[in-house]
Amino acid sequence: MNIHEYQAKAILRNFNVPVPEGHVVYNSNSARDWARRLGDGPYAVKAQIHAGGRGKGGGVKIAKTADEAKQFAREMFGMTLVTHQTGPEGKLVKRVLIEAGCNIADEFYVSFLVDRSTSQVTLMASAEGGVDIEEVAAKTPEKLFFEVINPIVGLTAFQARKVAFKLGFEIAQVKQAVPLLMNLYKTFVEADCSQLEINPLVQTAEGQLICLDAKINFDDNALFRHLRIRDLRDYDEEDMMEIEASQYDLSYIALNGNIGCMVNGAGLAMATMDIIQHYGFSPANFLDVGGGATIERVTEAFKIILSDKKVEGILVNIFGGIMKCDVIATGVVEAAKQVGVQVPLVVRLEGTNVKLGKQILAESGLDIVSADGMADAAEKIVKAVKEK
Amino acid sequence: MSILIDKNSKVITQGITGATGLFHAQGCRDYCDTQMVGGVTPGKGGTEIDGFPVFDTVEEAVAETGANVSVIYVPPIGSADAIMEAVDAGMDLVICITEGVPVLDMVKVKQYMQGKKTRLIGPNCPGIITPGQCKIGIMPGYIHKPGPVGVVSRSGTLTYEAVWQLTSRDIGQTTCVGIGGDPVNGTSHLDTLKMFEEDPDTKSVIMIGEIGGDAEEQAAEFVRDHMTKPVAAFIAGATAPPGKRMGHAGAIISGGKGDAASKKAFLRECGISVADSPAEMAEALLKVWQP
Repeated sequence: MNIHEYQAKAILRNFNVPVPEGHVVYNSNSARDWARRLGDGPYAVKAQIHAGGRGKGGGVKIAKTADEAKQFAREMFGMTLVTHQTGPEGKLVKRVLIEAGCNIADEFYVSFLVDRSTSQVTLMASAEGGVDIEEVAAKTPEKLFFEVINPIVGLTAFQARKVAFKLGFEIAQVKQAVPLLMNLYKTFVEADCSQLEINPLVQTAEGQLICLDAKINFDDNALFRHLRIRDLRDYDEEDMMEIEASQYDLSYIALNGNIGCMVNGAGLAMATMDIIQHYGFSPANFLDVGGGATIERVTEAFKIILSDKKVEGILVNIFGGIMKCDVIATGVVEAAKQVGVQVPLVVRLEGTNVKLGKQILAESGLDIVSADGMADAAEKIVKAVKEK
Repeated sequence: MSILIDKNSKVITQGITGATGLFHAQGCRDYCDTQMVGGVTPGKGGTEIDGFPVFDTVEEAVAETGANVSVIYVPPIGSADAIMEAVDAGMDLVICITEGVPVLDMVKVKQYMQGKKTRLIGPNCPGIITPGQCKIGIMPGYIHKPGPVGVVSRSGTLTYEAVWQLTSRDIGQTTCVGIGGDPVNGTSHLDTLKMFEEDPDTKSVIMIGEIGGDAEEQAAEFVRDHMTKPVAAFIAGATAPPGKRMGHAGAIISGGKGDAASKKAFLRECGISVADSPAEMAEALLKVWQP
């Protein structure tokens, strides 16, 4: 799960990590009010959307006065911000963060993530802050420093010191950096983050270290023990159909193609998308109905696929293990009767109760094309969509 | 022969009194008389459920039944603890089926397991089957057939797909291992390939990977440098958009590394026969190996 920058900073503040003073606002008048409360300018006015690269799209501005902060905020509200991470459709700005400005002397990069190859949390840092870290990794990997963290003892002071000295800090900043890094690690572990990125961490002209930007992703699997974090979820940032699907425990992701898919199992679902592309078309979605789907869930899954206007054909690919083919077949027939299917539908069933499943489809009186194997299924749906 | 499990494996089920645990314990017992010798549910020790003796602790279950393998269906909130309990009891093998275990719990488990003899498979996996001998997990038994091909995969249903392509061509399997889709898991593709290489009855291998991470690349380097047996592979997720999470937490492409195209290219460089379509996994194997 993603959260907004201002929410991430509030969490960091609770863990005694230095972040700028600021407040989120929902209209331009309160932008001016909050700027005044922060004292004299300058102020940072920052559009809050779940995507990076906001500055280039006009989503981050420095205001000299509270009135200017109001004016910038007014321009941002209702603006569709397009960055390299939002896709061409962009994202509508509904929240703006007003922050006290600071005099930046130098910028650094710090992040924590779970490294798969060591199965441990890793601290990654660079003196090249404020830029795209992927670019630093690609062009000058020697400028990236890593510390692998033992989960039993956590990030140790000596590791934090090593990183601080490698970043080139003077002793005054090293003394700030050590608790800062250790508190960031504490945040990462106690809040069950999957990624925590500070870019940039800045040193001010006055010699203070402060986290000027913050991006936190949480491990969805751990949200059950972080109910207050779960409440930070911003539904405006998510696809309507993905929200709908999650209410039925369906794993659904909207994509840009025109062949809808319903599959059991994440791996087989990805493979089904791949085979559609292999035959020259694009999938409209990723949809995993899971292993224990009921007739009701299958029906809802089908409705969600059909509510996507881009869908010109549907491919159902089920390899029944726990999931029984007759349940899928009944769900498909049920949904088709309820909502009416106006597009070609190809169903491939294999595994547990396959005969019964095929029989239910055949006897339904619906226009359903049955397929044997994945290649046959993909060929048939592609052919049907082309001929339509 | 086979790897990891065979007809001598004695298995207990942690979480046996839950609906899922019991259902699959019965399913495994029904498959070629897999020795499902009991189960553990704290607080229900001394009872019996459908012929399975139930114990309060894994330690007790091991002492009473001589079990050397444990399979876990305990919900995510208690999965890490269940794994560590099984490790502490000295199991040879622990298979965690549970989906949705917090990643940082697994980071601690991996640290806890350092220096211990137990091998962990999963979490978030379908389990392991040695066809004709022993089934531990949630896979449908009847699609498998004893034979010479080893199968290793991060995904459940996609494994069934590969197995079915083999079985319908009358080609059987030594052992099929589902290592699970999570970013931090017990056993990697590489670990499994090493075991298949050492198993005299395994003559060739199908490896199924996904986007994200570099586990498939590490396995491919082993194939290139040390493996004498032919390997075919498929990488799922060519169409996945960057940064989107496709069901498996492991399947996130981040930072341009771990995408399907670069994985496939590297696997080919290492001499692996890579299927472009998931319908052609068995065919890709038959290009480099004949039964």
